Amino acid sequence: MEKLVAELWKANMRHPQASELMSKDIISHFVLRLVYCRTEDLRKWFLSMETALFRYRFRLQSAEAQRAVLAEFQLPYKAVTAAEFEAIKDKLTLVARSINQTLPAADSIFYEVPFQEVPELVAGRRVFLSDGYAYVAMNQVVSLVATRFRSLLSKALTLTNRKWMSTIREQEKDRLTPIVEALSTSYVGPDYSVGREFGEVSLKDIDNVAKNSFSLCMRHLFDKGVGLKLDDAVAFWKAEFSQKVGAERFDKEYAYSIRHNYGKEGKRVDYTPYSCQKIISLTPSVGDHHGCPYRHFR
Amino acid sequence: MVIEEAVNGRDDMLIDGQMADQDLPSGFNPNFLKLYYAKLFPYGDIFRWMSYGNDGKHPACDKSYFSRRELSFTLENDIYLRFLSFNSVSELEKGIREKCPFKIDIGPVYSVDPAKRHAYAQSGENVFKPVERELIFDIDITDYDDVRYCCSGADVCLDCWPLMTAAIRVINTALRDDFGFRHILWVYSGRRGVHCWVCDGKARRLTNEQRAAIADYFRVYKGSENSKKKVSLTGHALHPFLVRSYTEVLKDLFEQTLLSSQQIFSTEDKCEKVLEMIPDESVSAELRGRWQKRSSGSKDNINAVRWEHLKHTLQSGRHKGQGLRRCVEEIVFSFSYPRLDMEVSKHMNHLLKAPFCVHPKTGRVCVPIDPAHCHEFDPTTVPTLSQLLQELNSGGMGQEGDNDWDRTSLGESVRFFRSSFLEPLLKSCKEEMESAYNSKLQQSKNSMTW
Repeated sequence: MEKLVAELWKANMRHPQASELMSKDIISHFVLRLVYCRTEDLRKWFLSMETALFRYRFRLQSAEAQRAVLAEFQLPYKAVTAAEFEAIKDKLTLVARSINQTLPAADSIFYEVPFQEVPELVAGRRVFLSDGYAYVAMNQVVSLVATRFRSLLSKALTLTNRKWMSTIREQEKDRLTPIVEALSTSYVGPDYSVGREFGEVSLKDIDNVAKNSFSLCMRHLFDKGVGLKLDDAVAFWKAEFSQKVGAERFDKEYAYSIRHNYGKEGKRVDYTPYSCQKIISLTPSVGDHHGCPYRHFR
Repeated sequence: MVIEEAVNGRDDMLIDGQMADQDLPSGFNPNFLKLYYAKLFPYGDIFRWMSYGNDGKHPACDKSYFSRRELSFTLENDIYLRFLSFNSVSELEKGIREKCPFKIDIGPVYSVDPAKRHAYAQSGENVFKPVERELIFDIDITDYDDVRYCCSGADVCLDCWPLMTAAIRVINTALRDDFGFRHILWVYSGRRGVHCWVCDGKARRLTNEQRAAIADYFRVYKGSENSKKKVSLTGHALHPFLVRSYTEVLKDLFEQTLLSSQQIFSTEDKCEKVLEMIPDESVSAELRGRWQKRSSGSKDNINAVRWEHLKHTLQSGRHKGQGLRRCVEEIVFSFSYPRLDMEVSKHMNHLLKAPFCVHPKTGRVCVPIDPAHCHEFDPTTVPTLSQLLQELNSGGMGQEGDNDWDRTSLGESVRFFRSSFLEPLLKSCKEEMESAYNSKLQQSKNSMTW
């Protein structure tokens, strides 16, 4: 996965300025929110894909950065005290051994979390449970954060959809709306795989490109794949949507991304649209719908 | 209708089942059922349970709560009535007595009265949806048919019933110790299984995803026609939940009970079935060879003897195969670990039969089971419809009133239901309601500015 992601990013997302890179990444996410907010199925798929991406990125953060994100997401999970740890240490060890993980050491950090918050860990018997609490290892914390991320994104999508339906769709009927609506019904486009040059496309041309169809699975990265000029992308997004979303929420939900992309922690990872084959072969650890929608979509 | 008439039969009411009293010990027929609903079915208790404290006078009580609960009736001719709801205990009683359903199912509490759901269909925003539902489990002994040899299909006997007992113990302990649930009701399904209702507020508010997670936590057996080995315990150790289940319940069940009651190693075919679960061919060949010789041991303890052979061979350390580490436990789990119907637990809108219904095929009442004494529960002595009516009849027509059930064998079940389950549950609901109300009051006081 890492290698694939690195190649794809290098091919499509490079930009001399780090801040531009971050903008492109963030902007494309919000554009995709717009396209994918409109039906239950689209939302479900987008949530799945985006959460998988989030998980992947979060894992690459340092322990410090991860802890900071936890706090930022306001996950009020209690770290287990040394005394509490001693009392359940043998059980924690059993769990670790049962899932072939590293054994808890004296300085291991565990979080005590209501079991409802970590359904995946519970389902896989990957945590010790006692009296309604799950004892989550630091390396499992990804699950916690991803669940919160997904939940925040899900609420945002619902809000986006509401706003789209109530005002934006009408307001934009001559500009954005045809593009957005065409994108959801369009069909397979060219193969946006590694190494292809991409022509520059301006806002005016998007109509045509959209009509020529985009692959369903490519749509979530259409912005990057098509190589929309950054200025246009900013205008496209900012004018219509970023005001409504608000800078705060933007920051909050993208805290991890901002830190990550500034290269302050973790290693910088490149992203590109996945090719059809790659998506089909991907087996992420989570999500009802993943990989190639043609293969998995009902 | 008077009891004598039902038992002796009036001409115009003679139907096939009328002679049921003599022909079938169960005595299930619509007339008897009608009497049961008239005299014995505990409407008040079901109503109080389903109200979860909202039938009181406290300002926090939600008067609409009970009426948003879905019930369904299956009538005599298989007609199925769904999305029924009632506004009060008297309406509930009236509805049941009028329709005389062969089966009553309980569904979720919806956001709006299910009977009025169509009024909300237009707004398109998913307004009609389940908002609360007990966490439920359904264990049916036919799901163990590949490992029980004493009966098959609809039958159940005292040789295989211990599988249900074990299931109750394993699941009940986990629900309490691992998940922290307190208000758990186990009910006999009337024929060949058990149902579980987890009624804590925390449980009722679980999402489908959380329910699925709990069901998966409990899942060990992955049966299908194709795989020989249906239980696969990978990893260097067992999860503490599985360890506890094994050491406290399943190991003994298998070794002390099932080995002999199911005669697990008594024939070549049966032995082969176990040998197929061993992933190392050299091990199974060794055992097969040894057993074919049949030199030592009498027929009496052949099962115990062969089990010892198997354990010894697998645990001796001579064979170091990858899949052998947990093979002994896997075999024990295959024969004894609870097999839940996953679909029942995963969805909030799944319906489940109400306690105190009468099973049409057996005539037995779906009575609660005490998990603390579940090893004493005997499905073959559960009160039947005709038995109850006989008891009612012989008790004399004197004392009419709410507690007719007290003059019958049903009394014990209703009293247990109340003292062990209902009263503690309602007490807890009251406390929760009051504390939530008080903290809301406090919040609004704090936020008031003048």
